[in-house]
Amino acid sequence: MLYRENGQFKASYRSDQQIFPILQDRIAIGLLLVLAFVLIPLLSSEYLLRAIFVPFLILSLAALGLNILVGYCGQISLGTGAFMAIGAYAAYNFQARIPGMPLIASLLLGGLCSTGVGVLFGIPSLRIKGLYLAVATLAAQFFADWAFLRINWFTNNSSSGSVSVAGLNVLGVPIESPVQKYLLCLVFLVVFALLAKNLVRGAIGREWMAIRDMDVAAAVIGIRPVYAKLTAFAVSSFIVGVAGGLWGFIHLGSWEPAAFSIDRSFQLLFMVIIGGLGSVMGSFFGAAFIVVLPIVLDGLPYWFGLPVDTALASHLTFMIFGALIVFFLIVEPHGIARLWSTAKEKLRLWPFPH
Amino acid sequence: MGFFLETLFGGLMVGMLYSLIALGFVLIYKASGVFNFAQGAMVLFAALAMARFYEWIPKWLGFDNKILANVLAFAAAVVVMVAAAWIIERLVLRHLVNQEHITLLMATLGITYFLEGFGQTLFGSDIYKIDVGMPKDPVIAFEGLLQGGVLINKEDLYAAVIAAVLVALLALFFQKTATGRALRAVADDHQAAQSIGIPLGRIWIIVWSVAGFVALVAGVIWGSKLGVQFSLSLVALKALPVVILGGLTSVPGAIIGGLIIGVGEKLSEIYIGPMLGGGIEIWFAYVLALAFLLIRPQGLFGEKIIDRV
Repeated sequence: MLYRENGQFKASYRSDQQIFPILQDRIAIGLLLVLAFVLIPLLSSEYLLRAIFVPFLILSLAALGLNILVGYCGQISLGTGAFMAIGAYAAYNFQARIPGMPLIASLLLGGLCSTGVGVLFGIPSLRIKGLYLAVATLAAQFFADWAFLRINWFTNNSSSGSVSVAGLNVLGVPIESPVQKYLLCLVFLVVFALLAKNLVRGAIGREWMAIRDMDVAAAVIGIRPVYAKLTAFAVSSFIVGVAGGLWGFIHLGSWEPAAFSIDRSFQLLFMVIIGGLGSVMGSFFGAAFIVVLPIVLDGLPYWFGLPVDTALASHLTFMIFGALIVFFLIVEPHGIARLWSTAKEKLRLWPFPH
Repeated sequence: MGFFLETLFGGLMVGMLYSLIALGFVLIYKASGVFNFAQGAMVLFAALAMARFYEWIPKWLGFDNKILANVLAFAAAVVVMVAAAWIIERLVLRHLVNQEHITLLMATLGITYFLEGFGQTLFGSDIYKIDVGMPKDPVIAFEGLLQGGVLINKEDLYAAVIAAVLVALLALFFQKTATGRALRAVADDHQAAQSIGIPLGRIWIIVWSVAGFVALVAGVIWGSKLGVQFSLSLVALKALPVVILGGLTSVPGAIIGGLIIGVGEKLSEIYIGPMLGGGIEIWFAYVLALAFLLIRPQGLFGEKIIDRV
């Protein structure tokens, strides 16, 4: 009864093409932004911000980037961790080698480096498709793991690729407390989510989706597969690279290549698939699910006061995590985003049956 | 020259073992269109089962005979893998028919997590030994031909022979038996196979059991080489480039691909590695596979991919 578009007439192209055509959606998004920018920093404890909200925001950003590639353009990538690593290490190098480099600039430049490598590893996608491509992208993953471990130049000659950053500040404001970190990540996420949403609504997004649905047919109607696939790789790896930079700089502070291992790639792919392929909203749902689930699973035995030894607990976490993923895929193969849109459909009629 | 040959042989042996794991991937992909990421976890699970039953069974039954214990443990592990196949078909695959490749891939990743956790909960997470009496001492071959001869690890030689025999058996099974024909029919076209009365569900159980059996053999060989531990499931990551190099749908492809990757990996590590700072084994295999794919996108022996609008 509350959520319906009756009576909201669109009198101009502008109002017809806006991101949220329904008034209630705009109000909801406004409230969500207020919640995210004002209430959460005010009310949450430091632990919540540090352990849940900051990782959630950064991984949402990475999942958003991956979703553009996998969900919108249909190119399966198992090398996301590598692009995060490239973003993080490139940003580190800009920060360490150029004195007085602003933080935001080095993060964005790190993203650009990741874009370059992403396009390079995207070139095979012009010939290799589907699962073959998925496995081939692992080349990027293992190569990056190796490069940051072995090539000292990338890590400023630190041993075993572990680097750390300190004294971060944006425009003179130091980024130290969890609230400041949270707000910085939030700003990045909101800006990139808005950009991504507009990209996928626009001409380029429609080209990606045409390529995803059937690339031969898309080529026949005049979409250039080279351009569409490579732009998807470029945009995706840029966002993923920035997320990697944030993950290293803001969340971890000091890191080594293992932080961006193949497990990270799988984790992000889980987020995208459980959240919903081809949905910006889905990236957030997926990230929330995957970030919160292990914490809840780890916490369960303590909350119930069961004495479980740590090795067993970690194995049980593995089991439950795996089982839940399979369960989710069976119950809703199209992800949480599909549940969300079904709920919205239902809400339009509620409380009436028709 | 002797050193080169030694490296070459070493590569061929390792390659044979990679093919063994790759074979598991190919079998399942052919019959059900699932890219089974859980193959590595299945290898770990099977090896864990084997190693632990080898300790437990003599204790339960109260005898002390190594050979009998090995045989019984192997049989028990086979039973475990068949049961796992049945459960996976029942609980997972059956519900995911006709889903997209990527969803199925993710489901097998879920199975991977589950099996890794379950295996270590059930069988423990220490490092276990499998001792099936494989000789560890090296032999020297071609002593008459080359100065100093070529050093070959006997264990590797046995493993390669076992792998070769297994591959031959599987080829026979696929070509000559009624079940094998049914499997190939399902691989060609699910719907057509179903319409002439081939029970899809049972075929899938058989295929996953066979893949489980292959995983067990691979697990026993790798396990007696490296010890049974968590890292065993990572061996599968080495088998992935083998699979795509050989072609996802081709059994001979898995063998040839395994040999190419095994040899390429060892030779590159020795001859190119030092220039790049070492440890290039892991990505070299992938880059090699990638380079091959650029020329033949379906792998060496894969079915030609035909795009239709």
